[in-house]
Amino acid sequence: MSGYNAYITSESIPGSEDGPLAGRTVAVKDNISTEGVPTTCGSAMLAEYVPPYDATVVRRLKEAGATIPGKTNMDEFGMGTTTETSAFGPVENPAAEGYVPGGSSGGSAAAVAAGDADLALGSDTGGSVRCPAAFCGVVGIKPTYGLVSRYGLVAYANSLEQIGPLAPTVEEAAELLGVIAGPDDRDATTRDAREETGNGDAYDYASAADGDVDGMTVGVPTELLEGADEAVCEQFWAAIDDLEARGASYHEVDLPSLTHAVEAYYVIAMSEASSNLARFDGVRYGLPASETEEGYDDDWNAAYARVREAGFGEEVKRRVLLGTYALSAGYQDKYYKKAQDARAWVKRDFDEALESADVLASPTMPVPPFERGESLDDPLKMYLADANTTPVNLANLPAISVPAGETDTGLPVGLQLVGPAFGEKAVIRAGSALA
Amino acid sequence: MSESAVEPEEVAHIADLARVDLDDDELEAFAEQFADILAYFETLDEVPEVEREPDLTNVMRTDEVEASLSQAEALANAPDAEDGFFKGPRVS
Repeated sequence: MSGYNAYITSESIPGSEDGPLAGRTVAVKDNISTEGVPTTCGSAMLAEYVPPYDATVVRRLKEAGATIPGKTNMDEFGMGTTTETSAFGPVENPAAEGYVPGGSSGGSAAAVAAGDADLALGSDTGGSVRCPAAFCGVVGIKPTYGLVSRYGLVAYANSLEQIGPLAPTVEEAAELLGVIAGPDDRDATTRDAREETGNGDAYDYASAADGDVDGMTVGVPTELLEGADEAVCEQFWAAIDDLEARGASYHEVDLPSLTHAVEAYYVIAMSEASSNLARFDGVRYGLPASETEEGYDDDWNAAYARVREAGFGEEVKRRVLLGTYALSAGYQDKYYKKAQDARAWVKRDFDEALESADVLASPTMPVPPFERGESLDDPLKMYLADANTTPVNLANLPAISVPAGETDTGLPVGLQLVGPAFGEKAVIRAGSALA
Repeated sequence: MSESAVEPEEVAHIADLARVDLDDDELEAFAEQFADILAYFETLDEVPEVEREPDLTNVMRTDEVEASLSQAEALANAPDAEDGFFKGPRVS
């Protein structure tokens, strides 16, 4: 393995001998459960946790013949945009050393970019597959909510997150998506894409990677370019020119709701996190209260609070606290309910924009990769970098990030394409014209 | 900076609700950051009320006994167990 700190656990998990992924390695983010192999979520809280079962996506990887070379490093519980909040140390960006790989699936993107794994799985709650794909110069897909089973994914914000593939090319990412997608009795939010699309070949995503964008209409939401870095915009427009040269047409669209998407996302995600992470109390798993200095000397609540102080890192504490605040008596209407209004508004805006366009395009990230350490002292700055990715999670839609050149200082730029619900093939087709 | 300052005591109250101990430095730092972040969240006031059409259906299955984790497997990650039970701190 190369020295990018991309893996938390390097342990080869074999798959079956035959299958579409036989002979290939697929690195798996460390918040996706692997039977008998530690699954830490990048947290000291779960440093010793060994799941007794496989996530559905892991079972599907094994059945497809993939070898899992290890579990990849990540922002703690998926909470970060830089993979610097991991309790196991930051990940280097193989495509731009000295810069962050993006997050929270930074280990998965780095493993693919460095050639340490052929493919990888990440999870995307507000951009955590697409951001590291953009920063490391690889391809990442965030599927429609309900396309891929979340069974065995350690929850951060259930209503927003999906497991998605990372790969060097759109075609390979699409192929991996075809392996992991599909309904699952163990995740009641999954849907059957064949029924949703009325197409029996709905899961044959790789065949859509044909680069044929002739006649395709691309909408460009102006709100997602406002405030974006100049060098990023230059590469973005060059990629749009490229699509035009291949027969696609573009027009600008207005989605006024998007100016409130980031705050709505963070209120919802933090609220869900404050509830989801309540389970980490040192009794069923986690740091043992019995081994802290006070042991079981005082009561239940005090013992929990000590375990959680020791087990959670700063960003996780920040989000659990802000989520607790947003849901607390007197504030729920002000924050949580308004955030749900914003979510419905974002959904409606996307639906309307996608009536006049096959896909919507924007820079994946409004900025090039941060220098390492740059954003850690300013959490709000880190949150605002998610302006272009979070709206897609709020609207439950599919999106892809494909490489779109580099800034003149050699930093990777990603282009994001968003499609209608269960319209993965549209974003794969458009993306395959570029990567 | 934000007009709505957050006092360290408020952060301590929330931390208590969330069952997370914080030291004094953390309380100070979080109070300062929360003022900025909450001021930003307050821009949600500008969001119009939107009619929501939740596309929700119940997903049911028959209530049948299926294979599940054994007691030993379920307890395998517990720091402390006794007689087949999770062992935790006393309640009061």
